[in-house]
Amino acid sequence: MLLEIKNLHAAINGKEILKGINLSINKGEIHAIMGPNGSGKSTLSSVLTGHPDFEVTEGTVFYEGKNLLELSPEDRSREGIFLSFQYPVEIPGVSMVNFMRAAVNEHRKYNNLEPVSATDFLKLMREKRAIVDMDSKLTGRSVNEGFSGGEKKRNEIFQMAMLEPKLAILDETDSGLDIDALRIVANGVNTLRTPENTTIVITHYQRLLDYIKPDVVHVLYKGRIIKTGGPDLALELEKKGYDWLKTEADEYL
Amino acid sequence: MKAEQQYIDLFTQYETLIRNHSSEVLNKYRASAFADFERLGFPSIKHEDYKYTDVAQAFAPDYGINLNRIDVPVNPYDVFRCDVPNLNTALYFIVNDSFCDKVKPDVTLPEGVYAGGLKAFSEQNPAIAERYYGKAASGGKDGIIALNTMLAQDGFVIYVPEGVVVEKPVQLVNIFRSDVDTMANRRILVIMEPHSQAKLLVCDHSIDDVKFLATEVFEIFAGENACFDLYDLEESNRSTTRFASFHVKQEASSNVLVNGITLNNGLTRNNYYIELNGEYAEATLCGMSILDAEQQVDIYSHITHAAPNCTCNELVKNVLNDRSVGAFSGRILVKEGAQKTVAYQTNRNLLITREARMYGKPQLEIYADDVKCSHGMTTGRLDENALFYLQSRGIPKEEAHMMLSVAFTADIVENVRLDGLKERLHHLVGKRFRGELAQCVGCHGCQ
Repeated sequence: MLLEIKNLHAAINGKEILKGINLSINKGEIHAIMGPNGSGKSTLSSVLTGHPDFEVTEGTVFYEGKNLLELSPEDRSREGIFLSFQYPVEIPGVSMVNFMRAAVNEHRKYNNLEPVSATDFLKLMREKRAIVDMDSKLTGRSVNEGFSGGEKKRNEIFQMAMLEPKLAILDETDSGLDIDALRIVANGVNTLRTPENTTIVITHYQRLLDYIKPDVVHVLYKGRIIKTGGPDLALELEKKGYDWLKTEADEYL
Repeated sequence: MKAEQQYIDLFTQYETLIRNHSSEVLNKYRASAFADFERLGFPSIKHEDYKYTDVAQAFAPDYGINLNRIDVPVNPYDVFRCDVPNLNTALYFIVNDSFCDKVKPDVTLPEGVYAGGLKAFSEQNPAIAERYYGKAASGGKDGIIALNTMLAQDGFVIYVPEGVVVEKPVQLVNIFRSDVDTMANRRILVIMEPHSQAKLLVCDHSIDDVKFLATEVFEIFAGENACFDLYDLEESNRSTTRFASFHVKQEASSNVLVNGITLNNGLTRNNYYIELNGEYAEATLCGMSILDAEQQVDIYSHITHAAPNCTCNELVKNVLNDRSVGAFSGRILVKEGAQKTVAYQTNRNLLITREARMYGKPQLEIYADDVKCSHGMTTGRLDENALFYLQSRGIPKEEAHMMLSVAFTADIVENVRLDGLKERLHHLVGKRFRGELAQCVGCHGCQ
């Protein structure tokens, strides 16, 4: 078991958003988490990566047998968790190169490795950039500054390629992408796949799942997982929408 | 008039001595400056522009002044070794307030250019000195300038004749070195004749831990189509107080950049007065301070658009940690008839702690109707989302904090038009945020 979430409750500003999530993910699997707006999808990704605005009020999360909730956001990253942000932040004045070099070297330090040499680092940047077809001009700029929506999402997958996570969480990576950008981003994710790494795809729509095929699909609603199924569930949702599930769930909740 | 009295007594008693160790041109203004000082005294904190800096208190202690111009035993090259090395400049030194003529830079400046002591210059070229000295900075309105004018005996001059381009940057290092509490009155005169170009880097250092007090008056004249950069880098120490005022007069099509950076200090007040007197003149005023502990920086600027088609761009940033205090009061005045003025003012401040304080007052005063002007001021904390973004990639919180602080000041450094200095500043700012610069004060640790 790579990730085991039990009865997870989380709140922001005293308002409970997650109301008892149970989720188990094995190494190498792709899980899709779908659900209507406001159901808690992004909150789940924030809690898993340790965003300070969210408070875990109940439950446990174990990652590779470690108590994830005790780790700082930076240690979670060094342990191999990566979040592709729904809204990547623009950071004027911090160059992509410095940012990535710092990140890569922090990961290396954590694993008792020497810092990467300047030439090796540039070579690494070049290789990984190719995966998402990212222009060298973009990596020469400040982090996400002036990037288009599509470029920001590509940049997320580029960073993922640089850091080679064991668990990647893609939070609405398809939002704001046109069909070409979507294909590039999805291809990037598929290129990075190995039997060893695991992906959680958070999405509102089926369309990303045409490219990144999930093994398991969960539906999140009002802070709980109300249905789990195979890839067919995503197709069914695409056809029927969420209402039939909502009605079903509302009877219990 | 308590704080003023000791300076009045000092001048009355030692006027002859002061005069004997200075030049005709400088002496000419002494009596009127003394009268101004007696009349004005120090600006009081009740004065709107001096609300956050208690001037009288800063001048109250008993400081020694080297009126007799006794040699201070110091080898400036030793002192200076560690902070801005590898910058290829024509290097000059002022020790306390005496121009140091024992060490000469190993460079030849273009013919006709003078870089050196003010006293010597005004003795050798009284006609030129007289035309400019005291013409931009008037003691008639400001007691501190009056005090500087009545006491200053020497300083630094850079004079660039018409059409001459000085390729090599000129660097002036102001050094405080003394075993007793010392006051220095420095005077810097920059004369850029039409179509001339030069860049001046001024660095302030304090070597000893005794109390230092400096008054610095810069007069900068940029003739038609002249181009001049001033980089003022203060890296003194906690026990140094400085009152500096920069007076810039620009003729048509001149381009002046003033970039004032405080990396380390005790209490600093910087006044900037820029006058755009000829059409198509362009001024850039940048400022940045990085403060912690009880450090204080108070910036006042007054930019006057007196002619049409001029541009000014003002950008001031402060990073305040611990219990430090910052103040910014910026005024841009667009006079009647100064049409097609473009004037931008931006002040951004970063508060690292709850205890740090920033006071800001942006002002635009416009008497022309066809202008493009804006001002903006923000004071806040680091962007939590950006911090989290960096952390989520494995960068520790403290490091992420530092990266974002450095990034906050990046555009001030980007405005530097002197390549070696830009790289050096990136390095120094990083060091400053890591707290390493503080250990280097006075270079004790490096020797």
